[in-house]
Amino acid sequence: MIPPSFDYHAPDTLEEASRLLLANPEAKLLAGGHSLIPMMRFRLAEPAALVDLRKIPGLSGIREDGGSLRIGAMTRESELEKSDLVQSRYPLLADTTRVIADPVVRNLATVGGNVAHADPGNDHPAAMLAYRASFVAAGPSGQRTIAASDFFTGPFSTSLEEGEILTEIRIPEAGPGSGGAYRKFERKVGDYAVAAVAVQLQLDGGRISGAGVALTNVGLTAIQAGAAEAALVGSDGGDAALDAAAEAAAAAADPTDDHRGSADYKRAVVRVLTHRAASSALTRAREAS
Amino acid sequence: MAECRGLGHSVQRKEDARFIRGQGRYIDDIKLPGMLYLDIARSPYAHAKITRIHEDTAMAVDGVAAVITGKTLEGFKLAWMPTLMSDQQMVLPVDTVKYQAQEVAAIVATSRYAAADGAAALEVDYDPLPVVVDPHEALKPGATKVRDDKDSNHIFHWEHGDADGTEAALAGCDTVVEQKMHLPRIHVASIETCGCVASWNPVEGHLTLYLTTQAPHAIRTVVALVTAHLGLAEHKIRVISPDIGGGFGGKVPVYPGYVLATAASVVTGKPVKWIEDRSENLSADSFARDYHITATLGSKNGKVTALKLDTVADHGYSDAAANPSKFPAGLYHIATGSYDLENAHVSVDGVYTNKPPGGIAYRCSFRVTEAVHAIERMVDLLARENGEDPADFRLRNFIKPEQFPYQSALGWEYDSGNYGAALEKAMDMIGYQDLRAEQAEKRARGQLMGIGISSFTEIVGAGPSKTFDILGIKMFDSAEIRIHPTGKAIARFGTKSQGQGHETTYAQIIAEELGIPPEDIQVEEGDTDTAPYGLGTYASRSTPTAGAAASIASRKIREKARKIAAHLLEADEADLVWEQGKFHVKGSPDRAKTIQDIAFAAYTNHPQGMEAGLEAISYYDPPNLTFPFGSYICCVDIDRGTGQVKIRRFVAVDDCGVRINPMIVDGQIHGGLTMGIAPALLEEISYDADGNITGGNLMEYLVPTAMETPHWELGETVTPSPHHPIGAKGVGESATVGAPPAVVNAVVDALWHLGVRHMEIPMTPARVWNVLNEHGAAATR
Repeated sequence: MIPPSFDYHAPDTLEEASRLLLANPEAKLLAGGHSLIPMMRFRLAEPAALVDLRKIPGLSGIREDGGSLRIGAMTRESELEKSDLVQSRYPLLADTTRVIADPVVRNLATVGGNVAHADPGNDHPAAMLAYRASFVAAGPSGQRTIAASDFFTGPFSTSLEEGEILTEIRIPEAGPGSGGAYRKFERKVGDYAVAAVAVQLQLDGGRISGAGVALTNVGLTAIQAGAAEAALVGSDGGDAALDAAAEAAAAAADPTDDHRGSADYKRAVVRVLTHRAASSALTRAREAS
Repeated sequence: MAECRGLGHSVQRKEDARFIRGQGRYIDDIKLPGMLYLDIARSPYAHAKITRIHEDTAMAVDGVAAVITGKTLEGFKLAWMPTLMSDQQMVLPVDTVKYQAQEVAAIVATSRYAAADGAAALEVDYDPLPVVVDPHEALKPGATKVRDDKDSNHIFHWEHGDADGTEAALAGCDTVVEQKMHLPRIHVASIETCGCVASWNPVEGHLTLYLTTQAPHAIRTVVALVTAHLGLAEHKIRVISPDIGGGFGGKVPVYPGYVLATAASVVTGKPVKWIEDRSENLSADSFARDYHITATLGSKNGKVTALKLDTVADHGYSDAAANPSKFPAGLYHIATGSYDLENAHVSVDGVYTNKPPGGIAYRCSFRVTEAVHAIERMVDLLARENGEDPADFRLRNFIKPEQFPYQSALGWEYDSGNYGAALEKAMDMIGYQDLRAEQAEKRARGQLMGIGISSFTEIVGAGPSKTFDILGIKMFDSAEIRIHPTGKAIARFGTKSQGQGHETTYAQIIAEELGIPPEDIQVEEGDTDTAPYGLGTYASRSTPTAGAAASIASRKIREKARKIAAHLLEADEADLVWEQGKFHVKGSPDRAKTIQDIAFAAYTNHPQGMEAGLEAISYYDPPNLTFPFGSYICCVDIDRGTGQVKIRRFVAVDDCGVRINPMIVDGQIHGGLTMGIAPALLEEISYDADGNITGGNLMEYLVPTAMETPHWELGETVTPSPHHPIGAKGVGESATVGAPPAVVNAVVDALWHLGVRHMEIPMTPARVWNVLNEHGAAATR
């Protein structure tokens, strides 16, 4: 469990970090390190250099601004847990954070790391897809915004370009009638999900006017379940609509057999969790109306 | 005089002052001047011929000082070493590896990092060979042979009991149940992994071995025997077992790393440290269990009469079990359990496969967990086959209190017990009848709830010298107590605590016997140069053996103290009355001398003709084993959507005889229960068809955390052991042994109406969901 040797950089600016990444194609960004460092200790990842983001100012914080909840990429998971804003207005995000790894990990692990590492087992990607979040990236050619639906391109891969660094996550500001939930089923606390489902709903006059449904760890990336969303939109959130959404989500899942269970089992879990998450999201959206 | 706080007091643990302040001294805290570090290159294959080891590839790494291979060791006749079961295992392979993660070469370097880099850089050429992982396959004619030096993969056949009588009794039964069950490979996964620092002094010809071992004295003798041909002798070997972060049986065996570090120290003349990492610990150290059991249990007129267990034991590539030498299947023949059963027969066939060698007793007195699992599952099945509630069936079939001492059909003499009292207490605590009513209601609404019982009997405290030895060394244990002039004391033992709280409980036993407060008694273990010889701590043996020795040694001291008191009080010895902590003259309670007065006199004013000093030693040979018992009741709810089993309540009534420190007993039970539900629900090490391990890290080997651990509800009954000096029986392992079948019985109970009769462990959500799905009971919401 001892990694090979590597160079370590802790630049003060994003520009310098970006330059270091471009200069060292074998370099990796270090945020909270709670995915990368275990992989290095197993020698599954052997980066020649680490570029640590911790000294760069302005990369963490949680605030509402310009119609968005803005979360700095270096914001620790535990900060989301302690944020009244997140806890009171963004229940899907609050649910998600609480089930990532364990409290010790959450003290250091970052939201940006969880997103940008793009492990299909990570929990934030599905939540971000359900929220219709967007990601701000800074790089050699300046700053740009990427929709969550365009971000996750494969296991451990994203649409970030060489030298680009995720700096901020933007979630549409919670309004009246919005509510969400994340339901994760794990073998034990700290494990990756057998399957997990994120649901974000918007209610309008008692009917669902907008829905985001996304799945964790049942495919090569987090999966946005469009057919499940369609099954909910326009409905009153009755059991028939929830059952239809759950069935559609199960069909959208593309799991494989492994130690967490067979593909059939995981699809069944997606079905159950979709129903439960949607039901909880609905209750919360009604409370927020 | 301060209250002596002997038996029955929840004295705060003396050792915790250093543990909770981070001041424990574990193996990896030991740093010696000039120390080198050793790392091990391991095999990626489960079975392969090594065609070449490119030592230069590791030597090229900065800081690497030496590469040791099987060929190096062969030159010193150290490539193989004996196991405790008269088999042998490789220290390093000369030509063939037999399991994935087996040691292939040792890299010695000036830093731990360089050693790890050297191990990663070492190139080895392999020719993969066919692999056999299933022990049933391994027994078939023409199966891939695991061991080149053996005729077949069959290691041993062992049986016990009356085979013909049992068959005849089964034939005469009106109700017979048969069930196959597998207790899969699991691992103790102690928080501290194994390791050592070997320090060879070439001038003195002396070896100091700091070692994570539960049995330092036995290890010293084994090292002396194994290295005698190299000129090492036992008086030149000192084994020091420092603080240990969990043993659970996993730190009984000798691992190749220990031998390699020793060899490296001898070769380099410098101290060498080896600390294994978590993956090495899980994938190469001794496993536990891996018993494939076919159980048959029969009753006649509702009375249990005959038990038969046929067993295939997967030992991996070597029988490296840690059992008393005469017991190749440990104490598996405790399998008749808590029941008055006239006929029984058990058999075990040991088998070689391409897996790590073992198996050890994981927090269990040698295969007792396997035995308890079998009998408690079968009694549940038989109860239902008889149409009777499992609690009522148990109560009727228990050995009755008046039958003790009880001769079991498999040859044990149970010392004492009151099984019905323990079960009735557990039923009262959990509200058994109310739970049954709730279950009926829930079942009508389609909800799955189950109640499971386990009424185990343990067998611990190995053991009487007549039958118990390890490589010929009898399984006594020892205490040496010295009282200082000021009335304080030092006590040393042949055992070795790994978290059990010996420093406190032993001090309390001495406090009870001599009236010296526990805080005035320094307890030491683990250094073979200072502690008296003993066989170590495992199999819940410390209190039954060394704890008894503490009593006996104290009583020897008290007899000398009586003589000194008589001298001081100018009274006749026969006229002295002992009350805790002092002697007084009969009829004159004011004419008294405390143990502290007497201790001072032992060095300043002892009678003419008596030797000075106040000390004693005892090597205690227990007349019998002890038989702790208990009844556990587990209540589970099952999520029909995900298959998750949730333990709602768990009541554990334990009877471990007289309790020395109730808080420590509760702590042992809490930990044991947690380690008991783990294999029932979470833990398993499995292998694919190529012998690749799954479960070789803590992402896949699912050790329960506080979040997976239910609230434990503890109760007690006290049935003293009639032969132990203070009536204690030992408690370290009861809960690990007793808990698993309670959970399985609860889950099967929840699913019984669906037609489910058995569940294999671990009962993972996926496994449970599959069963629900097969029976049309899986939910979609």
